Amino acid sequence: MKKYNVQIILAIALAILAYMAQEEIIGKYALSVLMFMGINVILSTSLNLVNGYMGEFSCGHAGFMAVGAYVSSVLGVMLFAKDKVFGPALLDPSLSIWIFPLIVIVGGVAAALAGLLVAIPSFKTRGDYLAIITIAANYIVISLVENIDTIGGARGFMGMKSVVKAMGKTVDMPWMPIWVFIFTILSVWIIRRFISSTFGKGVPAINQDEIAAEIMSVNTNKMKMVAFMLSSGLAGVAGALFAYILGYVNPGSFTILKSTEVLVMVYLGGMGSLSGSVLSAILFTLLLEALRPLQIIKWVVVPFLLILLMQFRPEGIMGNRELPDFFPRLKRFYAFKD
Amino acid sequence: MSLLEIKSMTHRFGGLKAVSELNISIEPGRVEGLIGPNGAGKTTVFNLVSGFYTPTEGNIIVDGRDTAGLKPHQVTAMGVARTFQNIRLWKDMTVLDNIRISQHHRLGYSFFDAVMRTKRYMKRESEITAEAYKLLEELSLVDFANEYPKNLPYGTQRKVEIARALSVKPKLLLLDEPAAGLNSSDVVTLINLVKWISENFPVTIWMIEHHMDVVMELCSHIVCIDFGETIAEGTPEEIRNNPAVISAYLGDDNI
Repeated sequence: MKKYNVQIILAIALAILAYMAQEEIIGKYALSVLMFMGINVILSTSLNLVNGYMGEFSCGHAGFMAVGAYVSSVLGVMLFAKDKVFGPALLDPSLSIWIFPLIVIVGGVAAALAGLLVAIPSFKTRGDYLAIITIAANYIVISLVENIDTIGGARGFMGMKSVVKAMGKTVDMPWMPIWVFIFTILSVWIIRRFISSTFGKGVPAINQDEIAAEIMSVNTNKMKMVAFMLSSGLAGVAGALFAYILGYVNPGSFTILKSTEVLVMVYLGGMGSLSGSVLSAILFTLLLEALRPLQIIKWVVVPFLLILLMQFRPEGIMGNRELPDFFPRLKRFYAFKD
Repeated sequence: MSLLEIKSMTHRFGGLKAVSELNISIEPGRVEGLIGPNGAGKTTVFNLVSGFYTPTEGNIIVDGRDTAGLKPHQVTAMGVARTFQNIRLWKDMTVLDNIRISQHHRLGYSFFDAVMRTKRYMKRESEITAEAYKLLEELSLVDFANEYPKNLPYGTQRKVEIARALSVKPKLLLLDEPAAGLNSSDVVTLINLVKWISENFPVTIWMIEHHMDVVMELCSHIVCIDFGETIAEGTPEEIRNNPAVISAYLGDDNI
């Protein structure tokens, strides 16, 4: 019985969320904050896989997010919307509710392939040098997007709103909050299962002693490939959802600044703590919204809080630990280490 | 047939010849020793055998198979495990995890099995855990299964590292200075442990050691190298009285 508790709670939470969004009990603004929260959770947990668990310093996460966002946007618009460049919709818009999750996944797969751009150099390079490669990867993606005119170049690309509308027209449900919720849970679930398996523990083994890992039977190149591709793939999923929530993407949203924001969430939560990353993504989103009245001063206050955090709690909110280490009672509801 | 055969192996680091024209063969079922003064190239030999370096010239043949071009983890999968001079455990993972992760070459499931928690995954994980516990039990380390190596005393860390190497079910176990940094009572424990392992596991042990009493006590055959070349080999008795060994260690009074 214990095994299903969390699944039931999540299903109920999803139902409540969907109902409240449908009946407009939560306003548009609150709903969008919730959705960005979900996206930030995906971004921070997936980056934690590389920066926390594997101990490499990747600062090009937004680049992979951009790949996912653009691939899925273009695909969605091509299939389900009328566009100046891509012509009329290829498929019946009512099919969009079925195809939409696939489109998001295709965005993720494309981003995972882009992750090879970093994964392959990581075989021979590490530390600061790899960090520079990740920055370069971020710039490559952004510059590429800026220079392809068919997808709008620096002006950006839109039309995703009509895909979302088509979904709503077919079956009247708040599709975006539902999909963001599902993909967020799915991402955390995949990462958690990966890193708690003996296979996945090869990743922290590389972090703690790469030479020992290589000599004690861990195929380090394969593990790096899996970790980087999973991480960038999930960033791509986050990017795809981000694009459909806004209905508009431009390369400016995926610069190094965005990557830094994700880095901040990872360090805030604690390296190598999945629950820390989830928690910090939620807190960080709320913090940014709470500080909105400060307008531009916000970007003075937030970095200053970071300085304080690094001074007084450099290991982040959770350090290396997980939620049940602090609240052992949670174990009663869910087997955290299976 | 010898378990390990090193055939005219040479290794250069830039202009430095760390190992030159080395020929060593290790017979199965014995405890063998590799000694030599500091900087003689002993650890380099181990690094070459475990696949961490590729020899500039010559061959390494393990159990009839040339290891040329193999990655360290592939050499491990062939049955060569080792420990390190300065203990290299994964310090922030439990002893149990240290043992389990060393089974990476024979996990028998994929990424998707791990994420989907398939039957195959569940079966293999429980087998791996059971085997790990069995090994820890045999080495009476089971009390430390959920401890972090960083919290264990140095002597126990050594033992855990040896356990980790044994967990890959090696044919050849390379021990790089297992007695380094141990106090005299730990050294006695270590000698007994190595003896016990060689009697109870189907494994050949090849060790580098500076403590001569450990080497003399354990090894039935010893190779002594200096400047990357073999200067003597034979039984402990022969090595002890070999003038070349004595002058390598103590210097030549003719100079």
